Amino acid sequence: MIEEILALAIQHSEHAEVFEVVFEQTPVVFEANRLKQLHTSQARSVALRLVRQGRIGFATTTRVEDGASLVDRAVAVSQFGALARFDLPSLQAYPELDIYDGSVEAYDIERMIALGESLISSVRRHTPDLLCDAVVSKSMATLRLANSRGGKAEFQRTSFGVSLEGNLIRDTDMLFVGDGETSCTPLEDVAWLGDSIIRQLELAKRLATVSGGKLPVVFTPHGVVAALIAPLATAFNGKVVLQGASPLGTRRGDKVFDEKLSLRDDATLPGRPRSRPCDDEGVPSRITPLIMRGVVGDFLYDLQTAGLSGAESTGSADRGGGGALPQPAISSLVVEPGDRSFEEMVADMDEGLVVEQLMGASQTNVLGGEFSGNVLLGYKVERGEIVGRVKDTVVSGNVYEVLANIVAVGGEARWVGAVSTPAICCAGLTVGSKG
Amino acid sequence: MDRDRIAEALAGHDAEYIEVRLEQTDCTRVQYRGRDLEDISQPISAGGCVRALVKGGWGFVSFNDLDNLWEKADLAVKQAKLVGRQESTYPPRAPVVDLVEGEPGKDPSRLALADKKRLLDEYNEVLWEIPRIETSTIAYRDRSRTLTFANSEGSYIVQQDDDIALRVGAVARDGGDVQQVGLSVGSRGDFVEIQGLHQQVRETAQRAVDLLDAPHARSGEYCVVLDPVLAGVFTHEAFGHLSEADFTFENDRMREIMGLGRRFGAANLNIVDGASVPGLRGSYKYDDEGVPSTRTYLIKEGILVGRLHSRETAAKMGETATGNARAIDYHHPPIVRMTNTFIEPRDVSFEDMISGITEGIYAKNWYGGMTSMEMFTFSAGEAYMIRNGRVAELLRPVVLTGNVFETLENIDAVGNDLDMNQGGGCGKGGQSPLPVSNGSPHIRIRRCLVGGK
Repeated sequence: MIEEILALAIQHSEHAEVFEVVFEQTPVVFEANRLKQLHTSQARSVALRLVRQGRIGFATTTRVEDGASLVDRAVAVSQFGALARFDLPSLQAYPELDIYDGSVEAYDIERMIALGESLISSVRRHTPDLLCDAVVSKSMATLRLANSRGGKAEFQRTSFGVSLEGNLIRDTDMLFVGDGETSCTPLEDVAWLGDSIIRQLELAKRLATVSGGKLPVVFTPHGVVAALIAPLATAFNGKVVLQGASPLGTRRGDKVFDEKLSLRDDATLPGRPRSRPCDDEGVPSRITPLIMRGVVGDFLYDLQTAGLSGAESTGSADRGGGGALPQPAISSLVVEPGDRSFEEMVADMDEGLVVEQLMGASQTNVLGGEFSGNVLLGYKVERGEIVGRVKDTVVSGNVYEVLANIVAVGGEARWVGAVSTPAICCAGLTVGSKG
Repeated sequence: MDRDRIAEALAGHDAEYIEVRLEQTDCTRVQYRGRDLEDISQPISAGGCVRALVKGGWGFVSFNDLDNLWEKADLAVKQAKLVGRQESTYPPRAPVVDLVEGEPGKDPSRLALADKKRLLDEYNEVLWEIPRIETSTIAYRDRSRTLTFANSEGSYIVQQDDDIALRVGAVARDGGDVQQVGLSVGSRGDFVEIQGLHQQVRETAQRAVDLLDAPHARSGEYCVVLDPVLAGVFTHEAFGHLSEADFTFENDRMREIMGLGRRFGAANLNIVDGASVPGLRGSYKYDDEGVPSTRTYLIKEGILVGRLHSRETAAKMGETATGNARAIDYHHPPIVRMTNTFIEPRDVSFEDMISGITEGIYAKNWYGGMTSMEMFTFSAGEAYMIRNGRVAELLRPVVLTGNVFETLENIDAVGNDLDMNQGGGCGKGGQSPLPVSNGSPHIRIRRCLVGGK
């Protein structure tokens, strides 16, 4: 099918590329502690990118039979299109990746229901008043790509996810706890997820206050993702670098961060739902070092951005699910673990905060590296001990200052969405508080 | 798809309720990055979904392929049966049969792509006339959508639904210091509303440059005055989401907190949400459950008097459906969403509002906002110190945050100059950005926590 579209497109263009994604997902949804919804979603989209008279034309459709209209539209917009600065990849060798598990498709809905129910029961045994929403979901994606240089790629990827969010309301105090996990293979044991949420509930039992000022903060893995990742992902985006808007754009090879920080993008990790043998343009996946012991490494590129920058694609092209032109994006980010345990980091603090969840942190000047968020879930540390949960507290900082002055990087990493990270303790965060 | 074919697909199932939604959408997308056009395309999307209710459980099936609709409905019913375990609370409604056409002259799919591009080229040129601009983005998206809704009660509604969103961003840079400012506008398909913005685009770019020399605010509690646009975002985040009954209807504690008759603010506070308010970004005639839109008082003279409902939340709370059930597209089931949300104007002028403030912050424009129901946070695109009754120096963007209930009680002045922000998109439950509008006159908040430096 995509070969037919390609054959038609190349009659009107110098180069052409067709990309198709078929995505099926089955979420089992629990609301207010009970089983509520079962969804089945089937989505398919086809994207045609061509180069005509040196300019890029692009069109997408969700209709299979739409080949001729797709070609017409791509040709029509190419007159306005950007000048193409890339060569499509020819047939490539792709790494063999462990990202497909056949048992996901056949995974029994009843077992998914039981998994969700057992997770909800386990946290409610600890806190009966907790009101839980949960999702147990399985999905499969099939991607196909073909281009006029003979490039060709096809792969399938499965995904299985379990997540729970609970709220506990006492008078007008609302506590939100939650955690989740994803994998390419079915998740059988979610006891550790329940334990993680119970731990949040335990630590939040007492309330504590914090006065404003400059304090050290231990960002848990969730906190790292909430506060620190968005500005970094933006700064390493080759497109942002090209535009001159990345504070790291001219700093390759410079030691900008603390030497305890090493960060890489890895699209080849087994079992991770964002891994793939090639990116959305058929460029083979690889590991890209971004920060090596504090020193700025490579930026992330797709073909067009690389061409405009005089660089090479890093296999980071992402079509945002299929409907958009390829853009550079992270695959999976890995923060290299250090050597301090979370308990040791807390014990080392005379006065500080542990931040688990920040709200709104990436809604300020992300380009400039700034973050400023309301601590939705965080704890006060006094003389090396967690004494209770803080509220009405804002934590602000700039990643370029905060990550240049890392007190410690934790020894145990875990996945939070697309990021594997340990806890990180940073000095000198600005804490604002009521009163 | 014609009415008979849909009716066939809905017939002969063993469910308490079934509905179908079909969509056909033509979009135009134009994206500039820096001086260059990066993307120009006209995506077509078509698809549908079926939702079925059995014993309090919902099955939902979404698809691109419109064939075998009866089988898809059958699957939705089977799924509902698997999850349904109690009595449904879903009283029937009288069927609605209607055809809602778009307003003449307001269909963006009828405009030539070259004309849209020409306007955006002009805005881009204006941006780049400002010295010290490092880079810029212009993101334009319009859509022209035909929505078909039908259900097992005999409703059949076809609506034309158009939308335009434009976001212009300017980035200024000085060494490692990068500042960005954005301008967001939108409309229900009327292209005229995004024309003639050259001066605003110029000011947007200039402010990015000005921010490079601006100091940070000190973090702490301040008396804050919000401009209409930011106050609208505040209303949406701080109160609007709390009013969405799907957070409350199965949560006993929330029902207590959000009990009708409870005082939330002073007598000068009146908050409304409604899609029947015409001509705004969140306006429509029927929601995605076929329920007619309304204009609902949420807070009247400081007292909670209403909330936003889907059919199910209304039934479970013994209240009336308000037509606030929306799905962003056919991939998703409808959930309770806001539409056009605003604080009604009162009579305080801006000058009077700031005259008594020795040290405070005047925050304008919006960058983003979020809520955790108890806490809200929103970031101002522009902020100034207020000193001794006057607007003083420009500050770097600030984040304002606080406890929703306390902050609403702390609104001690409501202005006379209602204005609506039409550039926003709301996110909830993975359905983002949903077209909404929000607005307010200027308001003053006695105490608000500000994050700066």
